[in-house]
Amino acid sequence: MSDTVHGHGGEDGETRRDFLVLASAALGAAGAGLAIWPLIDSMNPAKDVLALSTIEVDLTPIAVGQRITVKWRGKPVFVDHRSPEQIAKAAADDNASLKDPQTDKDRVKKPEWLVLVGVCTHLGCVPLGQKVGQPRGDFGGWFCPCHGSHYDTSGRIRVGPAPVNLEVPTYSFLNDTTLRIG
Amino acid sequence: MSASSQQQGPVVRWIDQRLPIFSFLQHELHEYPTPKNLNYWWNFGSLAGIVLVIMIATGIFLAMNYTPHVDHAFDSVERIMRDVNYGWLIRYVHMNGASMFFLVVYIHIFRGLYYGSYKPPRELLWWLGLIILLLMMATAFMGYVLPWGQMSFWGATVITNLFSAIPWVGEPIVTWLWGGFAVDNPTLQRFFSLHYLLPFVIVAVVMLHLVALHTAKSNNPLGIDPKSDKDTIPFHPYYTIKDSFGLGVLLIVYMALVFYAPNALGEAENYVPANPLQTPEEIVPEWYLLPFYAILRSVPDKLGGVVLMFASIFILFVLPWLDTSKVRSARFRPIYRQVFWIFVLACIVLGWAGAQKPEGAALMIGRLATAYYFFHLLILMPILGKFEKTRPLPESISQPVLKN
Ligand code: HEM
Ligand code: FES
Repeated sequence: MSDTVHGHGGEDGETRRDFLVLASAALGAAGAGLAIWPLIDSMNPAKDVLALSTIEVDLTPIAVGQRITVKWRGKPVFVDHRSPEQIAKAAADDNASLKDPQTDKDRVKKPEWLVLVGVCTHLGCVPLGQKVGQPRGDFGGWFCPCHGSHYDTSGRIRVGPAPVNLEVPTYSFLNDTTLRIG
Repeated sequence: MSASSQQQGPVVRWIDQRLPIFSFLQHELHEYPTPKNLNYWWNFGSLAGIVLVIMIATGIFLAMNYTPHVDHAFDSVERIMRDVNYGWLIRYVHMNGASMFFLVVYIHIFRGLYYGSYKPPRELLWWLGLIILLLMMATAFMGYVLPWGQMSFWGATVITNLFSAIPWVGEPIVTWLWGGFAVDNPTLQRFFSLHYLLPFVIVAVVMLHLVALHTAKSNNPLGIDPKSDKDTIPFHPYYTIKDSFGLGVLLIVYMALVFYAPNALGEAENYVPANPLQTPEEIVPEWYLLPFYAILRSVPDKLGGVVLMFASIFILFVLPWLDTSKVRSARFRPIYRQVFWIFVLACIVLGWAGAQKPEGAALMIGRLATAYYFFHLLILMPILGKFEKTRPLPESISQPVLKN
């Protein structure tokens, strides 16, 4: 520290200098943070990716009891035309012990159509059960072979490491035979 | 400036006065005093460096023919295999090089564990090594995604989904990692970019690793510091020649794999193009990640498994403080010397368990091995250091030899 600063109440000069150093460092850090944000955000989904966000599905060819898989946002979506027995089973299971409690009614718009994102909520495998002959797990819904998660006829997690139920995507019925996902 | 660089010709001297590259090499390679008792376990550091160079060299030539796009990636790799001159060779050297890299580095790490090379004054050296390991894992994981086969796709899906276990911010983070709503083209392109970048970051950390090494100096099988000039020899030519011999052995193993069993360590499933609508029967990572995969799956809870898996590596960062023994080398630690091998066995068992379906006996064995892994590091290491009766250390590196 130079003598001049000392002479005029060094204390004062010191704190002012400290303040300036601190303030410029803070401003510099904030500026760097702002400059980095565009780089980080460029890794988030781009506009064209977001634009691909809806698809329409024709429901007429799907028979009762049949399940089909469509691709939405790069992921499989399960459309399940449930039979009355499956609907009844799902409703009965509302009272079973559930890891992620939800009633079947809250998971569908029309009971005969169950629409689910076909991605295991554990680590993202596609559960089995869509095709005839594939295992459907202990609860008649889906079975994820990766680490053994069992889902019921409402797509709720019943046994296994998956933490939550199969996700229900945003969807609507445009008319009786057309489903729009997204 | 060292004496010998003054003996050099005028050109070398002219350069050296402006850019002291020759005296640097002289100092770090020739004069660098190395303990004279290093055994072959000390080869693996330089071997790792050589494999890193091979990976970068082959990778750059692969990148000249590789197309990072979901519609072309698989076909471009097949084209490398069939049409590009020697493309098959370059790819097999790169593919098996990843395995050799991990093999060599794992041996290098176990060497450090056995001889206590992580203890003072080498803690930062040890840390830099662990950072290299983490970077290697990230690099190899992203490289494996590039051929865009079924294992590439589903491996990427499962591993990136690990981050969704983080409470609250997990989902946005995963979407950010993907650049979309699933592993897709944006994911492949950024992985290619990072797969190209990270090896050079590894090179930079290796440099720091070497600076730390040349500051703390090499450990040795006795784990005691050199006392005098009698205990050391110059690195060159003594260890350059010893390392060259090790390199020859490594290349025999490496090239035997490349030419006779190039796909032995890989998964056949990865020669099936990626299909986002169908998960393969079984998803298994490459062998070098299996122990960590086993730890992940030994916990029935999603977040718990992820935390434990990351903990298994991060715990190694605090090992210098968990190990309370003053004695470095296991040679003079009668009990540690034995439990060390149980630890090695536990790691191998974890690797085995990671390749099995996580059910029944395999799951139980995986859990036991996981428990032992943490028991060894967290409980055994602190306790042993306090109670183990160590054998007397020799006075110097030369002393035991000169006595006989
Ligand atoms: C730390 C060093 C590196 C490691 C551990 C590593 C690892 C890997 C692995 C495991 C694969 C998958 C091989 C397969 O199954 O086909 C791969 C592929 C690839 N790597 Fe690397 N790599 C490294 C450095 C590099 C570098 C520096 C480049 C240069 C740009 C590069 C370019 C590529 C390319 C283009 C592919 C795709 C072609 C293929 O799959 O064979 N790699 N890498
Ligand atoms: S991904 Fe489905 S159980 Fe793990």
